[in-house]
Amino acid sequence: MNGRKVERIYIFKPFERFWHWSQAALILTMLVTGFEIHGSYSLFGFRWAVDIHRTSAWLLIGLWTFAIFWHFTTGEWRQYIPTTEKLTAMIRYYLTGVFRHAPHPFRQTTLRKHNPLQRLAYLFVLVLINPLLWFSGWFYLFYSWWEHRWDWLSLSAVGLVHSAGAFLMLTFVIVHVYFATMGHTPLAHIKAMITGWEELEPEYEDDVTEGA
Amino acid sequence: MRTVPGIRLPWIVRALVAVAAALALAGLSQAAQAKAWSTADHSKFKELQGPFANAEEVTKACLGCHTRAAKQIHATTHWKWKFDNPRTGQELGKGTVINNFCGAIGTNEPFCAKCHIGYGMKDYRTFDFSSETKVDCLVCHAQAKDYIKFPGFAGHPLYEPTEIKGKLRQPPDLAKVAQSVGPTSRFTCGARCHFVGGGGNGVKHGDLDLSLVNPPEYLDVHMSPKRLNFSCAVCHRGDEHSVAGSRYNPRAVDTRGIVVPGKGDETRTSCVSCHGDRPHTDAYARLNDHTDKLACQTCHIPYFARGGYATKMWWDWSTATKEIGKDGHPVHKYDARGYEIYRTGKGSFRWEEFVKPEYRWFNGEVTYTLFGDPVKDGQKVSINRIGGTPAAEDSRIWPFKIMRGKQAIDAGNGTLAVVHLWGPGDDRTALWKGYDWDAALRVGMKSRGVEYSGKLGFVETEMYWPITHMVAPKEDALQCEECHSSMSRMAGLPGIYVPGHSKWKPLDTLGFGLAFLALLGVLGHGAMRIITHYREKRS
Repeated sequence: MNGRKVERIYIFKPFERFWHWSQAALILTMLVTGFEIHGSYSLFGFRWAVDIHRTSAWLLIGLWTFAIFWHFTTGEWRQYIPTTEKLTAMIRYYLTGVFRHAPHPFRQTTLRKHNPLQRLAYLFVLVLINPLLWFSGWFYLFYSWWEHRWDWLSLSAVGLVHSAGAFLMLTFVIVHVYFATMGHTPLAHIKAMITGWEELEPEYEDDVTEGA
Repeated sequence: MRTVPGIRLPWIVRALVAVAAALALAGLSQAAQAKAWSTADHSKFKELQGPFANAEEVTKACLGCHTRAAKQIHATTHWKWKFDNPRTGQELGKGTVINNFCGAIGTNEPFCAKCHIGYGMKDYRTFDFSSETKVDCLVCHAQAKDYIKFPGFAGHPLYEPTEIKGKLRQPPDLAKVAQSVGPTSRFTCGARCHFVGGGGNGVKHGDLDLSLVNPPEYLDVHMSPKRLNFSCAVCHRGDEHSVAGSRYNPRAVDTRGIVVPGKGDETRTSCVSCHGDRPHTDAYARLNDHTDKLACQTCHIPYFARGGYATKMWWDWSTATKEIGKDGHPVHKYDARGYEIYRTGKGSFRWEEFVKPEYRWFNGEVTYTLFGDPVKDGQKVSINRIGGTPAAEDSRIWPFKIMRGKQAIDAGNGTLAVVHLWGPGDDRTALWKGYDWDAALRVGMKSRGVEYSGKLGFVETEMYWPITHMVAPKEDALQCEECHSSMSRMAGLPGIYVPGHSKWKPLDTLGFGLAFLALLGVLGHGAMRIITHYREKRS
């Protein structure tokens, strides 16, 4: 990189990377089969779409059980605590700075993996999109249990909430995939998510290392 | 073949055992065909050696041993043609109801009584329902195929060679017929009456026609001799000659679960009584989540009239008498397949095969439009309104054949008409002989004690026939997409949310709109990054 020293830091541990990619695969599968079940198109056929969707749901539940355990035992859950620090700087960076190759206002460390916008986005997934999908999904799975017990709940309400969650998830995935290309090179973040090693932006690295 | 461990049988012994087993099996199946499980061979009874002068003498012979049989029969709907519906309080039964096929039996009894299980019903009002010898044991129990009753003989078989519709018919040998008695079968219940209701093969029900006498597997998985070979009475099991299962008061939702001895009501005329209400297992277990909304029949009878015979779907009486041939002869018209589509005395018909049922919420309550119930010219009349509440616990979505047509009313009296269709000899007041509506209504209405007003009218009618026979093998049950798609069979039905079909359009618009905007946003942002990147590089 122009002869400058590239600093690499180890950000994503093996479990995290496994969690990320298997979750990505499951969510994509569930989006594809889910919108088929919703009636938006035909691909696998309704029966297979349902079977795949349900199997993926159970796998995802299993994966999350491990992920929740991991986050709490390692304290990594703190990564998702929202902050307003540098938030406006981040927004300004994405709106203008990125086009001028301005320095990234946020520096990743193993203790702060996510920039403040990311934190907000993931928190949004965690506290809004996921609960919408998970709870309505469970109600779908256990329909026969509550159907004759709870008069106040109907499958149409469950379906409505579940599809609303799915639309939000679809939107998140689109934006998330794009932001993955916003590293100092288009593939930098993606590589980091595979290898665990993030290359820091050279310019930024110069500023910091020379000052230190 | 498994052998007992440790003992090695010589091959010749094993071969002999195999042959013996095969012979035993063959013998068993033959025995089953001959109904040898019965302890009585009726052909050996001296009481049944005949000769019998008429059918009532046969009944006397039967009653000589089966002393209570006639009394039992007297209590049944089959005999009385009268059914008091406990749910609606209506008096129903063939004696009084009006349908949208041939209407009502009034003044037409000698014709209609072909299917009465009695002899000599010339007039429903004066028939001696207390007579024991007038009970027709043979029509249900005679296996001999030549015991046939023809319309016009008031429920009697032929006693001498008779020309019927240009064909000379021979009377049955009553002694042979009597000796052939046994349990009821698809032939006795079906071919003699229920498969040919409404005046011909498959006309009425849609799910009952002559194809069920010997149905292939795909047509009916229970009744096919290749599968379970059920007779009608396996499900319509009777006690004291009273047969379970009624279209007037059907069990639309069976909450009893699987029927076992000791439960009280042990009737079996529901799928649940054998299969339970959550019958799907393993990979199909998810389907159990449908049983709170759907009748089993809804998925497991994908089409009716699929045994090779069409069923009548439309009958327009208003065109009857419109076309009369030369010399006053009736006009007959047929379609390419030979189904009659017009007859002077009956009007116009439409027939359909492989019919997709129509679906309705149904709780088993059926309310008839009876004689005297007000109807107006031009009104659309439901011959039998069905009850049912969307999503209610007492209701399920059922498949129906909805028979539609136009039929006569006495517009002055404001009631569905009783029409005198058939008369003996040269009775020109009968519609089928004189082609005169006014004469036919005068006589018909009088049978109910009403003076015909002289004002003939026609109303469009519909009649609900729940579909419950012709159950397909599970492989042929409805596939998910038949309902879970935009072209859903459930389209328009309230009270259900069908993934793949039901959606709230604004949410779809909003959701896909949001995703599309996001896509547009990131693509725009990406394009700008690329442009600025190369511009910077050049400068």
